[in-house]
Amino acid sequence: MIFEKIRTIIAGQMSIAEDKVTMNTSFADDLGADSLDIFQIISELEEEFNMEFSNDAAEKVRTVADAVEYIKNYAGE
Amino acid sequence: MLQGTTALITGASRGIGKAIALDMAHSGANIALNYIGNSEEADAVRTLILKENVRCETYECDISDFNESKRMSGDVLKDFSRVDILVNNAGIARDNPLLGINEKDYDDVMNINLKGAFNMIKHLYPNFMKNRSGTIINIASVCGLRGWEWQANYAASKGGLIALTKTVAKELAGRGVTCNAIAPGLIETDMTAKLTGSKKDSFVASIPLQRAGRPGDVSKLAVFLAGAGASYITGEVIKVDGGLCI
Repeated sequence: MIFEKIRTIIAGQMSIAEDKVTMNTSFADDLGADSLDIFQIISELEEEFNMEFSNDAAEKVRTVADAVEYIKNYAGE
Repeated sequence: MLQGTTALITGASRGIGKAIALDMAHSGANIALNYIGNSEEADAVRTLILKENVRCETYECDISDFNESKRMSGDVLKDFSRVDILVNNAGIARDNPLLGINEKDYDDVMNINLKGAFNMIKHLYPNFMKNRSGTIINIASVCGLRGWEWQANYAASKGGLIALTKTVAKELAGRGVTCNAIAPGLIETDMTAKLTGSKKDSFVASIPLQRAGRPGDVSKLAVFLAGAGASYITGEVIKVDGGLCI
């Protein structure tokens, strides 16, 4: 469920088809996202999941799997 | 010139903001008109704008409030789908020698003039990033360039706004978004109406063009900066001061 929501947000932000986004997708290497894109994705994830990423999250979260893991940990799952 | 675009203008029910709203509407832009307090004034401006056959909606909002400005930005995007032009115009002055500026006068001026612009840019940042186009125009002041006695709070807020302008210009340039500041000198509005008599005469005498500016002098530049003809201009601070700062 978390992955599906993240996939929709990333696809919308990067203007790509959702099936291009997998758990192994790297924001920078596979999607060409720069730091502004990553901040934007993080900001939308914060809204969607009603949570806050730490200030250094943009450096730590490099792949979709990292984001899913971060959100799961935040939710205590 | 601005056909089909949407402009959100803060503090647009009077003064320079009103002139910008009317001139942008005349150039074909749909207008999201922000105001605070006097809805009759805002409605009157809206009536004038509608005569230009563009769309106009009014939004009451204290832009210095982070959450209120977020709500308004969301409402505007819901109503117009996108914002192409953001004009951060809303501002106040509380003039006194620094020694006479109390904490509230400092905070109020900084919160509306500087934090208000930050709030609006922050909340519309995703809109501009997604559109990969657009322009932000901040109404600063020559005070922010030179400093001005009796305006420590106002000058600091406008100096900050100029730094904010340059920073945003750098950050969003890669997304095709421009950000510029206009630095008006003495413009005849309600805000400057307190300056009267010999004080005003001697001030005007120090302006090379020998007159105070009119809101239309500023709004014409704003329309230019919002249009395609200014697409290669970003991070600039353009004075509209009759030569005051020469």
